Amino acid sequence: MSGGALLCVRDLHHWFGGLHVINGVEFNCESGAIRAVIGPNGAGKTTLFNLVAGTLCPTSGAIELQGKPIQGLPPHKIAALGISRTFQSTRLFPGMTVLENVMVGHHLAEHGGFLRDMGGRLFNSRQENRMRRQCMEILDGLGVADLAEQQARDLPFGRQRVVELARALASGPRLLLLDEPACGLNPSETEEMALRIAGLRGRGVTVLIVEHDMSLVMGISDRVVVLSYGRVIAEGTPREVQANDEVVSVYLGAGDA
Amino acid sequence: MGAAQLLQYLFSGVATGSIYAIVGIGFNIIYSSTGIINFAQGEFLMLGGMIAVSLQGFLPLPLAIAAAVALTGLLGIAVQLVFLSWLKKPGILRMIIITIGLSILIREVGLHVWDEKVHALAYWTGDETTSLAVLGARVSPQVLWVLGISALMVIGLTLFFRFTLTGKAMRACASNSTAARLCGIRASSLVTLSFFIASAMGALAGCVVSPITQTQYDMGTSLAVKGFTCAVLGGLGNVSAAVGAGILIGVLESASISVLPLAYKDVVALTIMLAILLLRPQGLFAGVGRRAGPLGRG
Amino acid sequence: MTNARARNLPLLLLAALIVSIQVVLSAMKADFYLTQLTMSAWYTLVALGLCLLMGYAGQVSMGHAGFFAIGGYTAAVISTAGAAPWLSIPTAVLVTAAVSLLVGIPVLRLKGHYLAMATLAFGFIVSRIILGTTLFGQADGISDIPAYKLFAGLAISGRRTFRIQNFYIAWGVVLAGLGLALNLVRSRTGRALRAIHGDEEAAASVGIDVARHKLAVFVLSAVYAGLAGACLAHFNAGIGPSEGGIMKSVRYVALVAAGGMANLWGTLAASAILTFLSLRGAFGLFDDAVFGGILVAIMLFAPEGVFSVLQRKRKTP
Repeated sequence: MSGGALLCVRDLHHWFGGLHVINGVEFNCESGAIRAVIGPNGAGKTTLFNLVAGTLCPTSGAIELQGKPIQGLPPHKIAALGISRTFQSTRLFPGMTVLENVMVGHHLAEHGGFLRDMGGRLFNSRQENRMRRQCMEILDGLGVADLAEQQARDLPFGRQRVVELARALASGPRLLLLDEPACGLNPSETEEMALRIAGLRGRGVTVLIVEHDMSLVMGISDRVVVLSYGRVIAEGTPREVQANDEVVSVYLGAGDA
Repeated sequence: MGAAQLLQYLFSGVATGSIYAIVGIGFNIIYSSTGIINFAQGEFLMLGGMIAVSLQGFLPLPLAIAAAVALTGLLGIAVQLVFLSWLKKPGILRMIIITIGLSILIREVGLHVWDEKVHALAYWTGDETTSLAVLGARVSPQVLWVLGISALMVIGLTLFFRFTLTGKAMRACASNSTAARLCGIRASSLVTLSFFIASAMGALAGCVVSPITQTQYDMGTSLAVKGFTCAVLGGLGNVSAAVGAGILIGVLESASISVLPLAYKDVVALTIMLAILLLRPQGLFAGVGRRAGPLGRG
Repeated sequence: MTNARARNLPLLLLAALIVSIQVVLSAMKADFYLTQLTMSAWYTLVALGLCLLMGYAGQVSMGHAGFFAIGGYTAAVISTAGAAPWLSIPTAVLVTAAVSLLVGIPVLRLKGHYLAMATLAFGFIVSRIILGTTLFGQADGISDIPAYKLFAGLAISGRRTFRIQNFYIAWGVVLAGLGLALNLVRSRTGRALRAIHGDEEAAASVGIDVARHKLAVFVLSAVYAGLAGACLAHFNAGIGPSEGGIMKSVRYVALVAAGGMANLWGTLAASAILTFLSLRGAFGLFDDAVFGGILVAIMLFAPEGVFSVLQRKRKTP
């Protein structure tokens, strides 16, 4: 466990009934780096993701954000600590525009409350304008500012993914959890997404990606963790992991030439 | 309280409880086949009773009852076909609001076709003064009819689901409608059949209980709420558990008269419902992780 | 700044409409209509609160008349007891808020049809308690409720001399309630509520405390209903058990649905018109049936509400 690690996962175990889905997983996310978690289907990637994001509470073990334990905290408290996430199936808020979706993402960055918000423009106009401006900037930074007033659910899938990324960035997170960001994207969209994620490196956002798609992960990650049947079987740079025999056999099946 | 009185409370509790159970079973049948909570379930009892009361002047009692059951069954089918069958992928919430609205419409039909007065069907055997000695308590024969008819309906339903082809087809649909359809089972006709069964059963229950509790145009709502309580207590979709749940609620309600003022009797069932929904919404008898088919097995 | 003016314009127009209705009716010597319009206003307040809860936050409440009854009966009991009659309305509001808090905390964990049935059960329980308790007059309700004195000679009362001022008091409160609701809906909190309605898990993932927001809007909508109940009890000088019954609860849901679920203006219009017609006896003996029918029709054919359907028809060429 070194200093400079934003997220520490320590001896994490999780059972679903009698199934030991996460078995002693340990790894770190260095601050400002991009860390990927890969593994074949059923390896426990999604469970691990949900444990870090707060959707699930681990049976045992610790997840620490800069030394502070966060395992078992409800999702909204995890978000308040500076962790944002995207969803594998892209869950934008239906019935709201793109800009509104991102503004909801900005929720934590501003203050309010029922009574104050009922007072309306009297108290809030400066805050509202500031929120709008900041959210438009985020959309602009991702190249989708022109979509701002469109209904989120009318967008093609690839664009929805970018909007969801914008929403996750809107709160100014320290750690961004991406759940299979390439899922459902064609190769050129995947490349665009990879560039966007890589672009986050310089902005002080640490990224943890759970992914299936090798091309996205290997191109942009600093370090990779490989899971198989709930265990970590390899950890290192993309090149190190690719050369690892056990990783190769787990993905391609043992006994292949 | 003497043993005889206790027994009397028990009998009346089990009798009312079995009526609640019949309503609950109606909920379960429709829920299993469609996923809909049909709040209008209680109205079928009202309709059955009212129609029989109207016919009892012209027909011998058994025929009046049979006609009431058949007509209400047809009405149940009509409701399903006219209002519910053509909706594509409606949300569960939208459906329950629709059925609540429908129950109000049916109730208003009841008010305008009949009136707001209390009506009662003739006692099936004897009259309001007859009583039989059962285990030391004096019990009206109608109470025995209620128990008997309810038991027959539950047994008949269980046999239907277990041994007839159609019954098994309905269980298949409830378990996995896609697979069932792939086997050639026509889900839509089974849905209509489930509405027929639920409404016919309700009508029969309404007829058998009418001499004791009387029939009034607005009786359906509280029956629906209590029937839903049975359904949820036993686990939504679990027909056999609803019987136990119903008896439990009926007996508790009956017993509550000795501790609570009479006017609060209804609150007992309602509180049970809230408690179950909040503490164990899958019901008391649900197996862990299994979705109940109509007989309570996956 | 023009933005702010555009936002306030509809409210000002509504205020102007309210004033003109009163002026015209008085001129035509037909100001007895004002009584029913005043009652209609109080019922509309309930519908507005329910619109926030159901339309924006997406939480169904099939027992909202229960809160109206709690407010009305609390005010009635305090007012007829005589000790400190001015306490009646504030206490009614506080009691309603407290009950909604106690009920909301457990019940709002439920979703979909379970929430519908639980709120239905709540309404039922309120109804049965009212019918069973001598303090609340049982089936007869409470009558001879004295007027509620405000300041400067104003009072909430149904007597003819107070007719015009009560029209303005009632619609004034509705305007204020609408204004506050509109502010809320257009704010950060309003977006959070709509987000919760859209996707609770996604809302939590951006840091929204879903449970707290749901509870807050539940209590707010209950307060609207309780205040309306308390005021109407004074205006009518009486309250009866039917005010808390399922028929009324269904009516409020029908009004919100007719207005367009997440449409405060639509709810206002639907409620004002339909309750006024109902109070005038336009639906005769079929009063309850009409609202039940409206609810069924809207849920079957236009679940997003009539106005949204009309808007959609306008957009498609």
